[in-house]
Amino acid sequence: MVTEKDVQHIAELADVGINPDELGTFTHQFNAIIEYFDILDRVEGTTTFTRELFNVLREDVVEPSLSQDDILSNAAAKEDGFIKAPRVM
Amino acid sequence: MAGQITFEPDDRYNAFLTTCRHATHGTGKLAGVAVAVKDNISTTGIETTCASKILKGYIPPYDAHVVGLLKASGAAVVGKTNMDEFGMGTTTENSAFGPTLNPCDTGRVPGGSSGGSAAAVAAGMVRMALGTDTGGSIRCPAAFCGIVGLKPTYGRVSRFGLIAYANSLEQIGPMGKTVTDVSDLMGVIAGYDRHDSTSRDKPYSHSPSAEIRGLRIGIPQEYFGAGVDAGVAGAVKAAIGKLEELGAVTVPCSIPSMEYALAAYYVTCTCEASSNLARFDGVRYGPAADTKKSWHDAYQEVRRDGFGAEVRRRIMLGTFALSSGYYGKYYAKAQVARENVRADFSRIFADVDVIAGPTMPTIAFRLKEKSDPLSMYLADILTVPANLAGIPAISVPCGRSEGMPVGLQIMGRPNEDERVIDVAFAYEQAVN
Repeated sequence: MVTEKDVQHIAELADVGINPDELGTFTHQFNAIIEYFDILDRVEGTTTFTRELFNVLREDVVEPSLSQDDILSNAAAKEDGFIKAPRVM
Repeated sequence: MAGQITFEPDDRYNAFLTTCRHATHGTGKLAGVAVAVKDNISTTGIETTCASKILKGYIPPYDAHVVGLLKASGAAVVGKTNMDEFGMGTTTENSAFGPTLNPCDTGRVPGGSSGGSAAAVAAGMVRMALGTDTGGSIRCPAAFCGIVGLKPTYGRVSRFGLIAYANSLEQIGPMGKTVTDVSDLMGVIAGYDRHDSTSRDKPYSHSPSAEIRGLRIGIPQEYFGAGVDAGVAGAVKAAIGKLEELGAVTVPCSIPSMEYALAAYYVTCTCEASSNLARFDGVRYGPAADTKKSWHDAYQEVRRDGFGAEVRRRIMLGTFALSSGYYGKYYAKAQVARENVRADFSRIFADVDVIAGPTMPTIAFRLKEKSDPLSMYLADILTVPANLAGIPAISVPCGRSEGMPVGLQIMGRPNEDERVIDVAFAYEQAVN
């Protein structure tokens, strides 16, 4: 059972904003869904990956890439060829 | 001959988010064929939004690998189709740009998340379309709209340029009016791509064959159990009867891991989504983050306004399931359950060639019928097993229930996409 406070905390961890008027509905739906997930408690054993997984590596050589203009073309805020981000400090 | 086609469809179903009025095309196998592309697949110079406000105005600077292949085949990319935001939904109602309507009954949903692609094909606006399938998002709308849709074996089609939602589950795949169209499109998009580290070197160059004499078809009891509408089950059983008339042999079987499959699927996809969608923060693309605010405040504001409720719900569910103290309870158990699903399929496929059942447990829902998220998730129960196991699965129309189309689902062994195509083709040829 998660509370509205828990949901608020998860929203902050995930950096998804949540409006105060959405909190009740989100909490209610969240509980219904994780209650359904509890069926997994009955699954026994631990993971043994039988999947055909293998590493895909390549030589570290420089290849053509997108231009700086292309990379910056969708950024909303930029300055002197750089992307501008919110302040971290 | 290379050229240009004019594309001005009457889009009364809201199937398209973007249309290209003048679409150029080259020469090749699909010369001049109008192909629609789901809006989570990158197209150079054409807005690509994933039906989300957070990507409104985003113009990809590169083509997805499959889009490059489409162009090389001579096809004309005529537009980008509507979808559930980031592929998260079973109805296409989770689009930030309004729902797509089902051309068979405009009071009903087309299914999702590739609902726009399915509607565009069903309404005859395009001959074929690309969709993506994370937990049934090609097969569900194909079934609901009465068209054909294939989820390929994981790795046979490159995901490079597909805007990721749940990497370990999703595949791009072909949708069309007929099995032949789907097979032709699969022939164009399948093959190795070094830009996708999960790519398999398994090109597809197959022409459908209707010869299925002696084919062994597994019929899992779970696909006809509680929750599957009688009308749907009846139509699918009749279709399987038709396959028997054509010389196939049916074998009862059971997939006990189905009990946990849906929970395993939703834990896995929400965990992957919580990581994948972290990139949408209004810095490199999308609506501007307020650079004067501190980064948490700025990101939360952009993501609250840019993501719809279902997307935020799934990001939060994944964040919760991966958080300290819960990993073992949810994610780790989901991976065990996932392995059990793969093991069940592997055991059954030692005895049978394909598995058949309904694609969806019901016909298309009425608009707004599935307002509760969990009840919407439960509708995916028959499609998610193929994604968890990475196996190919096709939905082919098989009659109607209450006047609405029903889909017959055929699942096959890994890399045997050709065989599921053949079974679907045999059925299609026998009834048309």
